[in-house]
This record gives sequence, C-alpha cells and structure tokens, in this order.
Amino acid sequence: MSLTARHLLLLGGTSDIGRAVAKHYADNGWQVTLAARDVEAASRNAADINTRQPDAGVAVEGLDILETESFVSFLDALHPLPDTVVCVVGMLGDQEQAETDPDHATRIMRTNYEGPALFLDMIAARFVSRGYGMIIGVSSVAGDRGRASNYAYGSAKAGFTAFLSGLRNRLATKNVHVATVKPGFVETRMTAGMDLPGALTAKPKDVAERIAGIEIRPRDVIYVLPVWRLVMFVIRSIPEPIFKKLKL
Amino acid sequence: MRDLSGWGRYPRTSGPLGMVSDVDDAAVATALLSGVVARGLGRSYGDAAIGRETTLSATGLDRMQSFDPETGILAAEAGVSLAEIIETFLPRGFFPKVVPGTRFVTIGGMIASDVHGKNQHNDGTFGDHVEWIMLALPDHRVLRCSRAENPEIFAATIGGMGLTGTILSAGIQLKRVETGWIRQKTHAARNLDEAIRCLQQTEDATYTVAWIDVLARGKSMGRSLILEGEHETLSDLPWGEIPFPTSKFGRISVPMEMPGWMLNGASIRAFNAGYYLNGARHAGRDRVVTWDAYFFPLDGIGNWNRIYGRRGFVQHQCVIPEGAEHVLFEILDRLSAAGAGSFLAVLKRLAPASGLMSFPMKGLTLALDLPVSPENLTLLTQIDGLVAGAGGRIYLAKDALQSRDTFQAGYPDLDRFCRLRDDIGARGRIASKLSARLGL
Ligand SMILES: Cc1cc2nc3c(=O)[nH]c(=O)nc-3n(C[C@H](O)[C@H](O)[C@H](O)COP(=O)(O)OP(=O)(O)OC[C@H]3O[C@@H](n4cnc5c(N)ncnc54)[C@H](O)[C@@H]3O)c2cc1C
Ligand SMILES: NC(=O)c1ccc[n+]([C@@H]2O[C@H](COP(=O)([O-])OP(=O)(O)OC[C@H]3O[C@@H](n4cnc5c(N)ncnc54)[C@H](OP(=O)(O)O)[C@@H]3O)[C@@H](O)[C@H]2O)c1
Repeated sequence: MSLTARHLLLLGGTSDIGRAVAKHYADNGWQVTLAARDVEAASRNAADINTRQPDAGVAVEGLDILETESFVSFLDALHPLPDTVVCVVGMLGDQEQAETDPDHATRIMRTNYEGPALFLDMIAARFVSRGYGMIIGVSSVAGDRGRASNYAYGSAKAGFTAFLSGLRNRLATKNVHVATVKPGFVETRMTAGMDLPGALTAKPKDVAERIAGIEIRPRDVIYVLPVWRLVMFVIRSIPEPIFKKLKL
Repeated sequence: MRDLSGWGRYPRTSGPLGMVSDVDDAAVATALLSGVVARGLGRSYGDAAIGRETTLSATGLDRMQSFDPETGILAAEAGVSLAEIIETFLPRGFFPKVVPGTRFVTIGGMIASDVHGKNQHNDGTFGDHVEWIMLALPDHRVLRCSRAENPEIFAATIGGMGLTGTILSAGIQLKRVETGWIRQKTHAARNLDEAIRCLQQTEDATYTVAWIDVLARGKSMGRSLILEGEHETLSDLPWGEIPFPTSKFGRISVPMEMPGWMLNGASIRAFNAGYYLNGARHAGRDRVVTWDAYFFPLDGIGNWNRIYGRRGFVQHQCVIPEGAEHVLFEILDRLSAAGAGSFLAVLKRLAPASGLMSFPMKGLTLALDLPVSPENLTLLTQIDGLVAGAGGRIYLAKDALQSRDTFQAGYPDLDRFCRLRDDIGARGRIASKLSARLGL
C-alpha cells in the first residue's frame, strides 16, 4: 500500500461489470471500496481480487441505493473521500410486469435513476468542496430512445443520462469531471440466457478497460464498442411515425 | 439445449447446461436436479462431463478465496482454472504441485479426475495436494471433506469423476519455484525396450515423460524421445532472461474442422518421424524452455481438437501394471500394424494413487489419439481387452468407449465407491453419460 494510492468507490460491487472494474483499478494500484447491498456477495469479489493482487486491499461497505436517507451517513463515514466514484448499479426488471405492477415499475425507475442520481449529486458536492473528483456513471443505450421491450428501464436510464449530462455541465468549471458510459450489450448475469449478437457484445473486461481509460484521457460520453454510436445514431434518426410501428 | 461433447468431440450429445454464479446456487442445483453432473472446462475427452439429463457448469464459481504464502495453500472456488492460478502465482514464485498437459482445466475437474503430471512417479497426483474440499451433496448438505473430516467421501471424490456431488471449492497446495523456466534434457530411445529403460533411469528427475512414435515399426517400434525436466534455479538461469516469463499462448489456432483426409497415415507417419529425428539431434544437451512450452505444448494451438475433423477422435489412455510390459509391446504392435494414425503418443511411468477411483497404479501408461472410424473403434476394443487381461485399467477422463467388463476389471475399489454413492444418496441422482454407460 503506498501513501499516494488513489481511491475508487464502486457502487454495485456485486455486478459482473463492477467486479471487472474493481479488478482493473486494483491491478493499477488503486485502493478500492465496493459498495453493495449484499455485503456477503461483494466480499466474495473483494476476497477474489485481494487473493490475486495482494496489495489491493479491496474493502466492502453496505449500501442500498433505494435507501436514500442513508447516503449522508454513508458518505460521512468514508475516509478518505474517494478520488473517483463509478456507479454500475442498475436493474433491468421485467417490462411486462412493470406495465401492470406499479411497485415493480417504481423499483426499476428508482434503482436506475433516482438512487444513483441522488447519491452522485451528494458526492459531487463533496468533490467540489475538496477541489477535484471524477464521477463515472454507467447508463445505457436503452436510454437513447424508448422501445416497447424495455421502456421502464430505458426511460430511467434516459433520466440518468440526462442527469449526468447536466451534472457535467454544472461541474465543468469546478475541476470535477463527469463521464457517461453506455455499454451496449455486455455478457453478464443481467443478460444471461439472452441471444446477443457477437459483434455488438462486449465483455465486462472491455467495459472496465474503457472506464479506466477515462482516468487517463477524460471523456464525456463513451460507447464501449464504438459501433454502438453508429447503431444508436441510426435508431435515433428513424422518424417517430415509422419508429412506433417497428417491433423493437 | 446445448451441444455438449468432450474435448474429443465424440460422442456428441445435446442437453441442458445449467449455469450457476455462486456456491449457494450450485449447492441448491445439485440437490434439486436429477441425473446431473458438474462440468468444468470440458477438457476430458469423452462423456465424463456430460450429465445423464442435465449438466451443471461450474465455470461461474471462479473466485479465489485466499492464499497463504507461508504454507502455499490456495483456497479457491472449483471453477477457477489452472491457467489463472499460474498467471496469478507464478510471478510470485509459486507453481502448482501437479499439472496435466493442458492448463485450460478447472480445480474441480483436476480433483474429479485426480490428474497426474510428468512428476507423478515422485510427487503423486493432484489429489495428493488437496487439503480440503467443500462438496455439495444431493441431500442438500454441504460437507467439508479432508483426510481428517469425512475421509471416505474425500477419498471417493478425488478421482470420483464428479459422481459424489459438486465440488464447490478446495484448498490446494502450491510449491515454491525460483523461476518459470524448465531445464529440459532429451534422450532418444531407438525402440520400446530402450524407452522403458530410459524412463526408469531418469526416475530421479522431477519430471520425466516419453513422446512415443506409435507408427514406427519393426526394429524401431516404440522409438521415443524422453524429456527430463527440472525447475531452473535463479542462479542457473541464462543471463538476461527474465525469471518469470508470461505465456505466449494464442498465436495460432485451428480455425475450423480440418477435412479427415489430411490426417492419413502417411502425413502422420512423416510428422512423427520428423519429430523424432529432430529431437534425437538435440539428445543429451540441456535446453532451458519456458513453463508453457514444457508443460503445455498443445495449448499453443487453439482448438487443436478440430484437426481431427467432423467425426471427432477418441483418446485412449491405459496403464499396464509392472511386470506385464510384454502387453505394451503387443498393443504397440497392433497399433503400428494397423497404421492407426496418432500424432505423438505419450508413455510414462506411474506410481499408485490414493483416490478410490484414481487412475494411476504402479506401471506404465500409454496415451494416444485416434480419429473416429469403424476400424479404429474395433482396434480399441481389442486393445481394451489386452489391458483388462494384463490387470490394467483405462483412464476415465479420456474414455468414451470401454465396456463395463473392462471397467469393472480395472477398478477393484468400485464396490466401495458404489456403496458410498448409495450412502450419500448419489446413485441415480448424480449421473453422467459416462456413469450411465458404465452402469454406475
Ligand atoms: C491436451 C490435454 C492434455 C491432457 N493431459 C493430461 C495429463 O497429462 N494428465 C491427466 O491426468 N489428464 C490430462 N488431460 C485430461 C484433463 O486434465 C482432465 O480431463 C480434467 O479433468 C479436465 O478438467 P476440466 O475442468 O476440463 O473438467 P471437465 O472435462 O469439464 O470434467 C472432467 C470430470 O470432472 C468432473 N468435474 C468437473 N468440475 C467438477 C466440479 N466442480 N465438481 C465435481 N466434479 C467436477 C466432471 O463431472 C467430469 O467427470 C488432458 C486433457 C487435454 C485436453
Ligand atoms: N449487461 C448489459 O448488457 C448492460 C448493458 C447496458 C448497461 N448495463 C448497465 O451496467 C450496469 C451493470 O450491469 P451488469 O450487467 O453488471 O448487471 P448486474 O450484475 O445485474 O448489476 C447490477 C448491479 O446493481 C446492483 N443493485 C441493484 N439494485 C440495487 C440496490 N437497491 N442497491 C444497491 N445495489 C443495487 C446489483 O446488486 P445486487 O447483486 O445486490 O442485485 C448489481 O451489483 C447496470 O447499470 C446496467 O444497467 C448493462
């Protein structure tokens, strides 16, 4: 452990993408704290990284992103305040269920938008008063345009994307950088069993590399596989009268 | 439904493949599913890692848990691969006590097959260096097994081909090495007699194995290159080399199934002869080679199993007990007479192993590949008969063909193994295509 080690706070320490991000930062000498509601599962990931990388010292803290009242005490207890926060918390949910079950719809919306946005707003304030910081939010291409198959999730991610862009705009002069990451398809447990097109599908490790790349060259919005920028450009360009009749 | 086969791509079957992402799910799946067996990276050649009804992939159990540099004991989930273990620990000066001929295998698979390496004659099998196993049983129990706790289940699980339950995690012993290099010495043996003698004479070496040209005939029958190996010490390492080289894996790959005719007797004969002559030229001289070149030469060619074409291939590995070497001559005679094509086959001396169903016994083991064809399948049945007659046995991790009689003759502790399976409620519930074929 070096005195100059930088600190990463990762929200969503049980996720496959989160695990890869934590590993990548730890491999590069960072101190990592995994925040997760399932502390036991996150500890399994922490032990794995610590075994592979004995200097890593990955730690785990409990955090439920839906319990917004807990954020202040969570942040107060963080020592030191991290250099970077990466949020990979998210929930795909079940679109059909969301259409008839408002509780389920609410859960999807709060997990993908409300919780992460409120948390990042609070930590941003602390970064500003300290004088620097890096905020990286993992959103989704699903937020670029609402589709019948997943618009509960997509609309919440759209909200999160807009939040990140607003925050970036506000903090541009405050030495706090805000980046939005849109992974496209990634092979994780969220997509397990889905038939994903190979050329459009990334591995968690790819996402981790792109995210860590932001530390070296700050970027505003990245698509993990560049082809997604084109795909989403095409999807956004379809006029609504035609788009609404497509089965997507 | 998924296409499922072993590394030999024979037999090919399809069936459901369940994925689990943590040990709790794996334990629940083991208890709820019937006709299920765990699967690692599918490097066993035949039908061992295919469930009779459902196959449970353990590759999601890929977390390491802890490592103690004082004792060298690594605790890890069963789906962690040997490749990851070496990549993680070799730079820190540790290497597994036993490695098979490929590093794309899991801890669970290495325990279940009780794999042996080129040092088996001195250091035993992989199972000899397992400290403990967490095992999920069909009755919802998760048991810690070791030489002290549940010793019968421990002995049955080492080499038990997944048939006692799902291995969730294990503690395994690593050893200290000063470098990732192997000092290799080659000896040329002009025939089988010389090869057997040479393997005996090199027994003090940490590693020793023979590559045998099974197609050579007449006076040259059984000609071999015997490769001795020692871990290179730091002080002996040639100047300028880095102590822990990383693997050069993945440079070439067989992109698709090769047409079967490319592997006719003539091309294999030529390849083997060339390999032997080239090796014989270097005989007697030391060479210092990287760990992956010494232990895992085939890993350098991705998907090499496709070289045998669409029909796949079978691997035959038998052990002939000490005193019955003449049977080995007869086996080679049949193979070379049939011109049955095999790239380099392997010959090695083995010592007894400790698992109830472990393969090694005191004697000589021969391993070779044969493309699937009606003639080769008949030939292998005859060879199985010779093996059984000699009191030898066939390695279950390679097997796709042996008969129940050959199997029963070869594994004297089979009754105990079956009784134990009854006791823990595994019979009928934990089952693979292999166990169904062999009547377990
Ligand atoms: C090129 C090559 C070289 C080889 N060289 C050698 C060698 O030198 N020595 C040697 O001994 N073997 C050798 N083998 C065979 C190989 O080491 C074994 O077949 C090994 O078991 C494969 O491990 P796996 O993870 O791929 O297991 P799989 O092939 O997936 O499974 C093998 C067996 O282990 C069981 N199993 C797997 N995971 C679990 C688990 N978590 N819990 C319970 N049971 C489980 C399966 O049910 C099955 O019976 C070689 C194979 C190849 C392809
Ligand atoms: N996989 C893809 O194809 C893909 C594509 C685009 C975007 N993304 C985004 O990438 C991110 C990571 O996804 P993933 O694929 O790695 O899937 P994942 O494993 O399901 O990750 C989701 C993470 O969010 C956490 N989470 C959910 N609800 C929470 C709550 N109330 N409090 C705290 N944590 C909570 C989960 O924790 P638990 O383990 O406790 O549930 C888990 O760690 C998500 O934001 C996802 O939307 C993924």
